[in-house]
Amino acid sequence: MSFLGIDIGSRYIKAVSIEKGKILERTVVETSYDPLKKSIEILKSYNPRRTVATGYGRHLLSFNGRTPTITEIKAFAIGAKYLIPSCKTIIDIGGQDTKIISLDEKGNVKKFEMNDRCAAGTGRFLEIMASALGYSIDEFGNIDDIEGTLQISSMCTVFAESEVISLIAKGVNRKEIAVAIHKAIAKRVISMLKKVSLEEEIVFAGGCAGNTLLKNIIEREINKKIIVPKNHHILGALGAAIHAENYFGG
Amino acid sequence: MTKDYTPLWKEIGLDLAKHDGLLSVLSDAYKNIYLSQKNRPEGMKYFDFVISEVHGLRIEELYEAKKEKRKIIGTFCVYVPEELILAVDGVFVGLCAGAEVGFEEAEKYVPRNTCALIKAFMGFKLSGLCPYVELTDLIVGETTCDGKKKAYEIFDEITKKMYVMEIPNMKNEMDRELWHKEVIKFKDKLEEISGKEITLDSLKRATETVNQKRLALQRLSKLRAYDPPPISGLDALLVNQISFYDDPVRFTMKVNELCDELEQRVREGKGVVPKGTPKILISGSPFAIPNWKLHAIIENSGAVAVGEESCVGNRNFRELTDESFNSVEEGIEKIASRYIKIDCACFTPNNERIDNLKSLFNELKADGVIHYSLQFCTPYMIEAFKIEKKVDFPYMRIETDYSMEDFGQLKTRVEAFIETLK
Repeated sequence: MSFLGIDIGSRYIKAVSIEKGKILERTVVETSYDPLKKSIEILKSYNPRRTVATGYGRHLLSFNGRTPTITEIKAFAIGAKYLIPSCKTIIDIGGQDTKIISLDEKGNVKKFEMNDRCAAGTGRFLEIMASALGYSIDEFGNIDDIEGTLQISSMCTVFAESEVISLIAKGVNRKEIAVAIHKAIAKRVISMLKKVSLEEEIVFAGGCAGNTLLKNIIEREINKKIIVPKNHHILGALGAAIHAENYFGG
Repeated sequence: MTKDYTPLWKEIGLDLAKHDGLLSVLSDAYKNIYLSQKNRPEGMKYFDFVISEVHGLRIEELYEAKKEKRKIIGTFCVYVPEELILAVDGVFVGLCAGAEVGFEEAEKYVPRNTCALIKAFMGFKLSGLCPYVELTDLIVGETTCDGKKKAYEIFDEITKKMYVMEIPNMKNEMDRELWHKEVIKFKDKLEEISGKEITLDSLKRATETVNQKRLALQRLSKLRAYDPPPISGLDALLVNQISFYDDPVRFTMKVNELCDELEQRVREGKGVVPKGTPKILISGSPFAIPNWKLHAIIENSGAVAVGEESCVGNRNFRELTDESFNSVEEGIEKIASRYIKIDCACFTPNNERIDNLKSLFNELKADGVIHYSLQFCTPYMIEAFKIEKKVDFPYMRIETDYSMEDFGQLKTRVEAFIETLK
């Protein structure tokens, strides 16, 4: 029977089932206004031997039953180590959090940084900026990097949106604004990386790792290669599933 | 509460409707955070009672004390010499500053970006919710940080009761002299308002009373080092918070009774959590009552808090006052030299704090340290970085306040830190 990892994030719920370390199935649904209901539906459809929950909403399930939890920091560490065994540093940008995690040789969490309270510079921020500029989230992350000196000074979602609107009103090209927004986020991520670790391999995961422009800017600025695993958005759920199998599978 | 105190609250001048609201929120929070804990010592019943009567019986006691012409002295800092207050038969009370209460009122007088503790003591007063502040004859402030000393100027205009002691920022000879003079001046002030002269006998008795209280708190602190700890961090924190406003003799007796029970638990190997539960030492800003946020997060995340390197905690009871003095003047000197040992982050340099933190870490056999700074509490926020570079134990810095808006992120960070300790 399979082991399930479920990552209840602020924007999406991700689930991955594994057996003997092999990924069997995966599910991604929007978190919605009733994440508990969505999570229970997923649990029922998988009917796993054991489940481990992670993510912002991990305790929802622990209140409802006996689902053990691990933090997304640990889950990402396990997931990244599994996919890229030489991983030493993880960048995780999700819906409302940015985390930088450094790992030791064995893959244990050595140190981490996480934004304190607001969603500045996270996935939700990107969504709002993309929408202000009339891009879909996929188009937004695939804009070509361009040279430019335009700077967005605010990382606060509310202030940055008004800054963007005033740039639009001045007639600035939307592509230029979009690149400036990505540069601003990259700057913030890099300052967190410098506090925690820049040791390679550096793995970029979480929903925002699908944003190629952001990845390219960070790579260029730190002059190091960043790996974005194919399963970057389900890395937390995968880590939780592996933890479930390691912990309860014996 | 054992009886209806409404007439008393009305007489003191509280805002009755708002006050009822506060008490019901406090009582719910206490039920959820405290009474839901498992394996609590029997001895905590007294402290539960004290909390249930925090605005009742204790206020009545202070009211009676006032009728007997005893002076009620309110304080905000462990630098205020309690011995002198007791030596004029005064009553020492730490004032309310630990909840997000009356912030809108406070923000009419101080900027939004002011630390929560300052906004709370102003907010409690401005919204008419703190019976203690209303009963005080004198409120003693101190120049520990910029925020407090400027806020005291405003607080004096509101209450007309402020008395501010100058705490030096360094510990050189001239600073010690300044502080010694401040303590003498405070003694004169207390004698003046109480009409009582401090005698060798009254000072000796007061010093002994305060030292006994410190010894009881030290005893409690040491018991938390056992694995499994016989008492939760939340409960031990509560005892430390109550030490600032309960009757000192009764309090000491009750803490010692609690410790007798805890020693028995240790002998039986009985604890509040399973053996091997990660032990966290908390270091940094004060935990004014009812600020239980961080302890609650830690203890709901699979760890136990075993100590507070904080003013509400170790910094309050670590040093005793030398009782071997033969004159009032000599006693004052001993008191001054005891208080200047306190390693508050307002001093520069303050290297002894790092040494004290390291030795407390070892003494309590902790597994990791969470450094807690109140937001905008610059001295602790900066020392937190300095400490990080000088310690080799697991360490995490957090900055927070009394609000619940960062609860989710804080819980993730604390849990992830605890995961690294297992």
